[in-house]
Amino acid sequence: MSQPYRTAEGGRIDLSRPLGFTFNGKPYQGYRGDTLASALLANGVRVVSRSFKFHRPRGILSAGVEESNALLGVDYGSGTLPLIRATRMPLLDGLRAESQNCFPSVNFDLLRVLDYTRPLWPAGFYNKVFKWPSWHAFEWAIRKTAGLGRLPEGEDPARYRHMNAHCDVLVVGAGPAGLMAALEAARAGDHVIVVEQDTEPGGSLLYDPAEINGQSPDNCRAETMQALNACGNVRVMVSATVVGYYDHNVLTIHDCSSAYRREDPAEVFWKIRAGRVVLATGAIEQPLMFGNNDLPGIMLAGAMHQYASRYGVHCGRRVAGVVNNDLAWHSVVALQDAGMEIAAIIDTRDAVNEQVTDLARERDIAIHIGAAPLYARGSYMVRKLEYRDGKGRSGSIDCDAIAMSGGMNPTVHLYSQAGGKLRYDKDLACFTPHECRQQVAVVGAANGEFATPHSYNIGPRTPSPAKTNTQWIDFLHDVTASDIELAWRENYRSVEHLKRYTTVGMAVDQGKTSNLNALTLLGELTDRTPGEVGTTTFRPMFMPVTMGAIAGNRRGDFYAPAKLLPAHEWHLAKGAAFDDYGGWKRPAYYGNNRERCIVREVLKVREAVGLFDGSSLGKIEVKGPDAAEFLNRIYVNTVPTLKPGKVRYGLMLNEKGVAMDDGVFLRLAEDHFLVNTTSAHADRITAWLEEWHQCEWPDLDLVLTPVTSQWAVATVAGPQARAVLGSLPGMLDLSAENLPHMSFASGVFEDGTDYRIQRVSFTGEQSYELSVPADRATALFERIWLVGQAHDIGMFGVESLTLLRLEKGFFEVGVETDGSTNPFDIGFGGIIANKKGDFIGARSLERAEDRRADRRQLVGFEPEERKATVLAGAHIVTGTGSGRRSEGFVTSACMSPTLGRTVGLALLERGAQRKGETIQLYDQGQIVSARIVDTCFYDPDGERMRG
Amino acid sequence: MLRISCPYCGTRDEVEFHCGGDSHIVRPGPEVSDAEWSDYLFNRKNPKGVHYERWCHDFGCGQWFNVARDTVTHEIHAVYRMGDPAPDLEQ
Repeated sequence: MSQPYRTAEGGRIDLSRPLGFTFNGKPYQGYRGDTLASALLANGVRVVSRSFKFHRPRGILSAGVEESNALLGVDYGSGTLPLIRATRMPLLDGLRAESQNCFPSVNFDLLRVLDYTRPLWPAGFYNKVFKWPSWHAFEWAIRKTAGLGRLPEGEDPARYRHMNAHCDVLVVGAGPAGLMAALEAARAGDHVIVVEQDTEPGGSLLYDPAEINGQSPDNCRAETMQALNACGNVRVMVSATVVGYYDHNVLTIHDCSSAYRREDPAEVFWKIRAGRVVLATGAIEQPLMFGNNDLPGIMLAGAMHQYASRYGVHCGRRVAGVVNNDLAWHSVVALQDAGMEIAAIIDTRDAVNEQVTDLARERDIAIHIGAAPLYARGSYMVRKLEYRDGKGRSGSIDCDAIAMSGGMNPTVHLYSQAGGKLRYDKDLACFTPHECRQQVAVVGAANGEFATPHSYNIGPRTPSPAKTNTQWIDFLHDVTASDIELAWRENYRSVEHLKRYTTVGMAVDQGKTSNLNALTLLGELTDRTPGEVGTTTFRPMFMPVTMGAIAGNRRGDFYAPAKLLPAHEWHLAKGAAFDDYGGWKRPAYYGNNRERCIVREVLKVREAVGLFDGSSLGKIEVKGPDAAEFLNRIYVNTVPTLKPGKVRYGLMLNEKGVAMDDGVFLRLAEDHFLVNTTSAHADRITAWLEEWHQCEWPDLDLVLTPVTSQWAVATVAGPQARAVLGSLPGMLDLSAENLPHMSFASGVFEDGTDYRIQRVSFTGEQSYELSVPADRATALFERIWLVGQAHDIGMFGVESLTLLRLEKGFFEVGVETDGSTNPFDIGFGGIIANKKGDFIGARSLERAEDRRADRRQLVGFEPEERKATVLAGAHIVTGTGSGRRSEGFVTSACMSPTLGRTVGLALLERGAQRKGETIQLYDQGQIVSARIVDTCFYDPDGERMRG
Repeated sequence: MLRISCPYCGTRDEVEFHCGGDSHIVRPGPEVSDAEWSDYLFNRKNPKGVHYERWCHDFGCGQWFNVARDTVTHEIHAVYRMGDPAPDLEQ
């Protein structure tokens, strides 16, 4: 018979809208309005999963966010998502669910052998066993068995979005307390957002029959929702969970409403800034500890009541109630009112008010006061409960379900994340909100008012007299009461140690049904109140959030914005192979075969002429009467002596004297400079200059303007460079007398394009950098290419530039330098000796450490074997045996196309004094002998550059 | 996520800014001892309570300014311009 445990009335479910779903391949039917859990229970499915560590059969425990057993793999359109709580997953047509963590099936799991050998695997067992021969012998097996669920394969087909909103009042939870608070705020004119994690608002109004101010819960709910909607300034969100509470009233929401409607985008991650927050997050019922309290069929009493009342589902035919508080009696007797048979109610307290026991007597339900539940018996579901009554006599109750209640615990997670402090309430035996620095109020059950209008009188939360290694505290991480005792015996007595040693509360449910029992038990063992034991820190997220939702649309091309050169398309058409350089997409080389192209490009620049795009280099204008003085404090090099029309190389240090960035700077006028930086640091150096000007030297009169993206730069380098550029109509006189090396000039092309041409060389050949406004980039490159044809021009990219500069021994900051390299190490001793005035990093260079003669200094080297392969990072080793050590390392090396041999640069202790020495380079087990030489391997007099 | 009132642009979200650490640090002249220079480079007070720090409105006006923020509660007690003296806050 289909759905044998569904009542004829069906609770609030519309029985005219059936849906089909499968569980472990088997087809079932449920209804719209069901959760996956209620549908499984209606169909009499008891065993839904296997526990994490011991692979014990487990059934559905709860009806809400606290579910620790029914974590299933669920596919409702975008692939199988692991660890989905069946109690929160709305049933959708065609949904496919499967059990996790079981092999071959949930009904027969081979790894249950771990349960039968349980004494071998107590808390922290991995710290004690697997020691011989070594942990790694067992690691593969442990990794295979650990974990819960399978990750879906392939790319995530779902799309996600981020949304932001702000409001006057954010109400978390749309139960009776939340709805009332929302209505009050809305009526006062506040803009209100109400966020409810369930699929519809109402909370306990959806199943608890208790009247609210004389009104039936249905009427109360309908009227309040109507009034809220009529206010016009209220947004109600459902299937949305507030998962994090941050500073200054920022909260995050994981919104699956669109996903459940199977719309696009699937999930939305909200960031809300609220004027004030009302937390109406309710309270979570806690399990009781007794033997085998994890058997399928044993559920939280309030949850069973919700299944019967809201979903029209009986969680069994014959239920035993095991409780320690008055409130739970109402849940249990309500089950009989809903058509289930109650075998008996066991109350662990010595005395219970007549008013409360009358509830059972009126219904002819057997009661046992002052009794102790001992063991639930059954193999794959509970069959009976053994107990000892108030007079010490043993008894047993036949049942196929147990409704247990260890009392309520307010859901204070968000309050704690907000910085709220908790206090332990002795009468309620739980933690309630105390005080918080942020603008937040807690109402309803979350504030400890969960029993209203009933009485509570909760009894102790202690393990029963049964064996403690059969009494489960943390269902998700398979932690028993005996594990808590073990931690105590081994002296892990702080709640922080308890958590980490036993892993209680560390699973994906964050201890929602385990923390309170665990710390209460630890308190008993160490003679402290739960308040004295305290809680561990509550951290976001309150519920697990899909990584995709957090990423939003920042994936693929949108992960990080790429900076493109102004002539990007033109380079693409010329066959450029792009790579990422400091955030810019730049041509690495042009063509198909990387190695061959790089060699070809190097030789082209040396023998004829090459064209390169240098637009990405940073450019900053510094203008004002104090511009020269300011830059003199920034650079190691002397600035004020530079004449207008001239270019000088500049090195910047940080305050620790470490090389930070370099580039040339131009003097455009007495009070006007153009600073060049490396491509990767353009933004950083602009910020650096602004910081020093605004914070340290605001009295200096100058203005800084970043112009990196205003100018496109075409670099033409090679013996034919002058000839190529000279044939551009409107180009000024490029003779050595008119435009010597390290100078610049400006002009206008015939078509009216402004240009600036500076003679700077990083390749070591005659080289010109031609700057035009960025929108003229493509036209300029095309024009140079055309006139260059007569001179055998070729394109060259970043990779060949790296080789060309290496042949000249030109260092690159960040390649030849690291976080400890100072200018002395790279040959700037003379420049610093001549520098007048303080500059950033100058004082640090005075330290004895910075002036040590045995520091690692930049040298060139040539391997004895001409074409030896040497990689950057190879160490220069000295000494033998235990005295063997590194005295430096290779920073750059290449097989030089120009010289036909391997050359490289290295940082070597006392390198400056060791020219001519033979050294040993160690790389991946091989030793290569090399000789220390000057850093410049090609054209040491620089004639080709300066001609 | 803090809400910071830029003195030039008004109240904005923390993501528009970046924090530059302690403010009111006086850069010593080049004649100081190694110990004093090291103190300037590396030592900070790290108080539990009011912290006088500087922030830059990167994604707004680009200006640096000062903030007196409580390191425990994140309450912002005062915002004042770069170069102004720290306000006298009773704690």
